[in-house]
Amino acid sequence: MFPANPFPIDKNAKLYYRVVIKMENILEIKNLEKTFPEVQALKGISFCISKGEVHALLGENGAGKSTLVKIVAGAQTADPGSEIFYRGKKVYFSTPIQAMNDGISVIYQEFNLVSYLSVAENIFLGREPLHPWGAINWGKLHDMTHQLCEPLGLHIDPGARIEELGVAQKQMVEIAKALSQKAELLFMDEPTASLTDEETQKLFKIIRDLKEKGVTIVYISHHLEEIFEITDTLTVLRDGEWIGTKPTKDVTMDELIQMMVGRKLVDLFPGRDVEITDEVLLDVRNVNRGDEIQDVNFKLCRGEILGFAGLMGAGRTEVMRILFGADKKDSAQIKIKGKDVTINSPVDALKEGLALVPEDRKDEGLVMELPVDYNTTLGNMNGVCKANFFIDHLREFEVVQKYIEEINIKTPSHHQVIKFLSGGNQQKVVVAKWLFIPSHIIIFDDPTRGIDIGAKFEIYKLMNKLVGEGIGVILISSDLPEAMGMCDRIVVMRGGRITKVLQKEEFSQETIMKYATGG
Amino acid sequence: MEESNETKETKKTRAKPKMRIPEWVGVLVGLILIYAIFAIVCHKTGKPQFTSVDNMINVARQISMITIVAIGMTFVIISGGIDLSVGAVAAFSGVIAAQTLLATGGNTFLAVLMGLIAGAAVGVFNGFIVANFKVPPFIVTLATMIGFRGLAFIRCGGRPVPIEGIFLKIGEGEIFNIPIPVIIMLVVIAAGWFFANHTKWGRYVYALGGNEEASRLSGINVKFMKFLVFGMGGLLAALAGIINSARLGSGDPKEGNMWELDAIAAAVVGGTSLSGGRGMIIGTVIGAIIIGVIKNGLDILGVESYTQMLIKGSVILAAVLIDQIRKDENVRDYSIKCIPWVLGIIAGLIAKRFIPMSWGWIIVILIIAAIGVGGHFVMKSFKKK
Repeated sequence: MFPANPFPIDKNAKLYYRVVIKMENILEIKNLEKTFPEVQALKGISFCISKGEVHALLGENGAGKSTLVKIVAGAQTADPGSEIFYRGKKVYFSTPIQAMNDGISVIYQEFNLVSYLSVAENIFLGREPLHPWGAINWGKLHDMTHQLCEPLGLHIDPGARIEELGVAQKQMVEIAKALSQKAELLFMDEPTASLTDEETQKLFKIIRDLKEKGVTIVYISHHLEEIFEITDTLTVLRDGEWIGTKPTKDVTMDELIQMMVGRKLVDLFPGRDVEITDEVLLDVRNVNRGDEIQDVNFKLCRGEILGFAGLMGAGRTEVMRILFGADKKDSAQIKIKGKDVTINSPVDALKEGLALVPEDRKDEGLVMELPVDYNTTLGNMNGVCKANFFIDHLREFEVVQKYIEEINIKTPSHHQVIKFLSGGNQQKVVVAKWLFIPSHIIIFDDPTRGIDIGAKFEIYKLMNKLVGEGIGVILISSDLPEAMGMCDRIVVMRGGRITKVLQKEEFSQETIMKYATGG
Repeated sequence: MEESNETKETKKTRAKPKMRIPEWVGVLVGLILIYAIFAIVCHKTGKPQFTSVDNMINVARQISMITIVAIGMTFVIISGGIDLSVGAVAAFSGVIAAQTLLATGGNTFLAVLMGLIAGAAVGVFNGFIVANFKVPPFIVTLATMIGFRGLAFIRCGGRPVPIEGIFLKIGEGEIFNIPIPVIIMLVVIAAGWFFANHTKWGRYVYALGGNEEASRLSGINVKFMKFLVFGMGGLLAALAGIINSARLGSGDPKEGNMWELDAIAAAVVGGTSLSGGRGMIIGTVIGAIIIGVIKNGLDILGVESYTQMLIKGSVILAAVLIDQIRKDENVRDYSIKCIPWVLGIIAGLIAKRFIPMSWGWIIVILIIAAIGVGGHFVMKSFKKK
């Protein structure tokens, strides 16, 4: 409707102007505001994205990145007064489909796939190739899917159902879906959160290819190394405010962290001063399930954090779910503190003091429709009940308050429905929930997936505190620096078997990858 | 900068538990409006008995059975299920109770007990199939609805079983002028509310409906909870069935027809989400009262029963739509939200001049609701462009 104003009047005028004259802008955001019932998520954000660049959007959890993406893509509406210019034209998308038709695609951090449909059906949902008489052309559909997935290194049957896939595979399907829509402006919200390094490199290659074809990419990630590797420009948000937009090469890692958190962060991993004793907390033998998991044995000693590394599908999560009684098994002998235990269900596991913080917070960790307090105490209602049955609301309030303060959960109130919190704060609630369950051993399955440095650091500190209290901690991590920084020993798995147990002094990314890939 | 951030945060986290406005307030406002409109219309048309205390007790008696069923239904729906068998269970339990009464020569206690056990058993059976074989509750309870209705007929050969003696008091007795069914209903409401909000099992029901896998991984015994929830649904349906047969003076296998739908309607009008995880006992009670008040008001105004059905259906639809609009965060400006309603009221008042019937006001309300709801969505679609 209105031509883009070449002389914008706003507080960020200087920078904005500089970017404007440099290149053609595909997207200009002016004074974007968004208010939720109890929080203002975006406070007047203005910046531009140039055509054909890879633009990083950075900030801690709750900074407003996801909200911004959703507004641009038409999944949410902005407050009145906000303006978005796309290809020089003022736009107002009220549905994601409108945005998609104009070439804006989003790969969301949370999966938006239909579990009971196949990979091919999900990718081309609503755009299936048809026979002349109107029926779906399955052959062509599967061929198209195949052509799309092969370059991504996604070697799966196009007819496989989504529910059969692991997290990383789902992520790749999301990427394939967005690519199939022939996007001009592609948002990637944490695309590598569940990918291994190898898969990440494949994704980067795809990003570079897309860039050459003139696609503009907005890349959101908490892995700062990736930002420096792949992006041209970066924009930092903090608490819903615009902090700065700069060419990536002009920024150092320290400056970037300072922009994001507003202070300097000295160490990525907190140190821990706990003596590792010989006392075996957990002794696992003979975990088997068909061809999938074979002969897994390991021990966890008091005072150590035991890491599990491996590619996706290596069986790490599966082993832990078997230990926790969540899945069926052929055999498993488990000793906790020297005592033989039988675990056939999560109820048994929790009774024996074995807790598993699940991998997928949306599907397994939280009840999204319920408020923060309900979710926090759900695993240990006896802890807030009188006579193990009648809820003591005051005690519940105190418990939740304690965790909100301790791990710094940002929520407007205890009664906030959890789906309105940002991803990192949701993850903190997941952790709080499992901390509140009294246990001897806590297994963390990728606890820092998709959360910011500050929140990661707090979760690491918590793990150290747990170890200090004599609780056994197992950390499954897809992030190698994290596994190496936090763990005392790392168990490497491949194809459902343990290929190597590495001691601290043997740690290196190359060694781990060697055993993980079998190379 | 850093310091100010910190003080802000400590201030924020030092919160005390604060009172929340309960979600059912919206439904309550709806009830008050509907009641007020009926009161005005009834007084204007010379039927002031609508607002009398006797009539209120009368409404309470009329809704007591559906309310009891609806409370069980609310738990089932919150847990992510649905129970279509409640009407059949009510009839079945009524027959069982009546037959036990005959067989034991008038032992009321045993008769009630057997009726309740029969209902709870059907409920647990539903829960057992749902939990162990992962059949959708809709299908399981559809099957038991048909099956147990049949069994009720088989048990008594299709003829109502007569009831005599003290058993009848359950249906028609009074304590301090309050009918016993109403007292039972109040006890069930209190117990249901307490169960939902103050016990851990109540909490688990919500969790189960919100996310079954997360609940399982949190160490909740999902199977047991399903037995419990469906068992409770069956038990409360049986209780309502026993009250109903005591009121009628016979255990009739034809009774309890459409109860499941009335109970679901009460729950939904009261704000329970059919997708599970959300709902309130108080909301369901208010929903049942709304439906009861409408029926009673129309009866007093002398509206024929077919028209009543049409109006009841429209009101349920309107209630759900209005609730949806209230929650719609895309249009949050209340001054704008009001525009279609004001237009609706003007149109309604004009329309009233052309509708001679005494219940024309109901049509006026529906016109207002239609223009209000329709206008909202029209506005929304315009706003986006």
